[in-house]
Amino acid sequence: MESSKVIHAFYTDDEVLLDAVKTVKAAHHHIEEVFCPFPVHGLDKAMGLAPTRLAITAFLYGITGLAFAIWMTNYMMIDDWPQDIGGKPSFSWVENMPAFVPIMFELTVFFAAHLMVITFYMRSRIWPFKDAENPDPRTTDDHFLMEIPVHNNEAELTSLLSETGAVEINVVDKH
Amino acid sequence: MSHYEASIREPLVLGDKSYHDITEDIAKPIEGQANKNWYIAFYISLAAMLWGFGCIFYTVGTGIGVWGLNKNIGWAWDITNFVWWVGIGHAGTLISAVLLLFRQKWRMAINRSAEAMTIFAVFQAGLFPIIHMGRPWNAYWVLPIPNQFGSLWVNFNSPLLWDVFAISTYLSVSLVFWWTGLLPDFAMIRDRAVKPFQKKIYALLSFGWSGRAKDWQRFEEVSLVLAGLATPLVLSVHTIVSMDFATSINPGWHSTIFPPYFVAGAIFSGFAMVQTLLGIMRKVTNMEDYITRMHIEYMNIVIILTGGIVAVAYATEFFIAWYTGSPYENYTYLSVGAATGPYAWAFWSLIIFNIITPQLLWFKKIRRSFIWTFIISIAINIGMWFERFDIIAIVLSKGHLPSTWWRFEPTFVDVGIFIGTIGFFFVLFLLYARTFPVIAQAEVKTILKSSGEFYKKRSEQGIPTKPAIVALNATSKKEDSDNNLNG
Repeated sequence: MESSKVIHAFYTDDEVLLDAVKTVKAAHHHIEEVFCPFPVHGLDKAMGLAPTRLAITAFLYGITGLAFAIWMTNYMMIDDWPQDIGGKPSFSWVENMPAFVPIMFELTVFFAAHLMVITFYMRSRIWPFKDAENPDPRTTDDHFLMEIPVHNNEAELTSLLSETGAVEINVVDKH
Repeated sequence: MSHYEASIREPLVLGDKSYHDITEDIAKPIEGQANKNWYIAFYISLAAMLWGFGCIFYTVGTGIGVWGLNKNIGWAWDITNFVWWVGIGHAGTLISAVLLLFRQKWRMAINRSAEAMTIFAVFQAGLFPIIHMGRPWNAYWVLPIPNQFGSLWVNFNSPLLWDVFAISTYLSVSLVFWWTGLLPDFAMIRDRAVKPFQKKIYALLSFGWSGRAKDWQRFEEVSLVLAGLATPLVLSVHTIVSMDFATSINPGWHSTIFPPYFVAGAIFSGFAMVQTLLGIMRKVTNMEDYITRMHIEYMNIVIILTGGIVAVAYATEFFIAWYTGSPYENYTYLSVGAATGPYAWAFWSLIIFNIITPQLLWFKKIRRSFIWTFIISIAINIGMWFERFDIIAIVLSKGHLPSTWWRFEPTFVDVGIFIGTIGFFFVLFLLYARTFPVIAQAEVKTILKSSGEFYKKRSEQGIPTKPAIVALNATSKKEDSDNNLNG
């Protein structure tokens, strides 16, 4: 695999980091990744990340769950084996529907919540036995790490980053 | 100015804390040794749990006849305990979901433990209907799965089946909500761990969380949507549980007021249990700087509100039972008959523990006192248990046919299983308190600058939260360090 050099700039403050990201972006450098110990407000916008579409998937999964509940109650209670339960209308799904509202609601939530979380785990590549990929263990404690690819501009980047308040700057070979 | 908060608000994190101090404080109970008190509490809980398991095996081996149930009172302690435990579970999701939607920062110090309590309580709740089946190995019959009896399906018209769906959805959604929030905190423990085995375990639990900017963006969106989904879910669960009692034709078991008032009662009892647990946990795990007097007071205010709703519902029930003029309604659990009959002791326990005692919380001194809060929370736990007992046992003890009137006497097995679930609950909670990050440290770090005592004091003096930038000396730059220290 081709090995390329990247700069790891460490910060210890979220506000300093956010300003640094803006400065680096303004100088037209590409920020490969930022690792944070906690969510920093406005960081995604400053980095130019596209908004996540997970909420939309949750909506679609919810619709799927609702449709599944309608199909299931209709198939089991009306089509396959209609029973007279307290005189409730077992011949028509629409007329029996009020009794199915709790099931329809629960399955909507069940599908929306679980499938959205599974989508999140798959998209962010997190699951059991997955190895962590943060380059430095301090990034889950109190350090923020900005990763910038180097294209023969190491000195320029280093001086830019040190002015933004980085507490440590390392040039590393990314495998 | 992104971290500004009015100085009139009390700080939510006490002391001069930095981000790293938070890490240290949250990791300490996990990395340290358990003290003697922890072991004493654990062994007592374990003994209670084993005793309860013994009673469960006895029940299953011999039959439901070993309980105090009779022809009239077919549900008693088991369903009382079931509803009680489900109710306790409600506070966790309320704190993590509803308070997230309302942007209440104080939830961050308590949501982790409250949600753990939810999940452990719902475990206990789920045990009771399954044991009550008598043949727990057939429990899967409640699921709508193709089976060996031809096309015989479950009955979707029944509130009992709605319960199956509501509680399993609630348990599983609460679990993933809780676990997703735990990932960054497990990652923090993983990255500090020095013992290889510990590192392996927390690496597994953290699912390889790395904390990329995109991960955090998704994490926040997922938390928000899950909160939006969990809010109607938590309200639906106890609504549906109440329908077990609201959609029947028994006097006392057909009140249309049940759904909203059961939900309020559940939040009431859930917060009481959170107070009981956190009152102890904040001391034992040295979290006094994070779970402050302010948090206790906020929770007490929620208790006053929901307790008030419960009190109004009781008054309504009592009035309507009298106002109908129906002799059958005169022995529902809130009626003159109940207040003066053979179950008067249970009726008055309910009133004293659930309605009168919590009124003390109107006094600010009591509301902000740890010891009073603890005492009142225990009273509410007892009162809410009596509420369910009264609804079930008092109502069933007198039906339409006077010759069948009978009273309920619990046997040692009834008592044993109940004590067993309390033991099981505390075993789980004690193990949790030693192995899990008990406070959502990543979230608390986000509010440190706006609500931490240190930063609040500084911002009053006009010192900005953003530190001054010191340009890095070029000599401190290190060349070609190891790329991946995580191995």
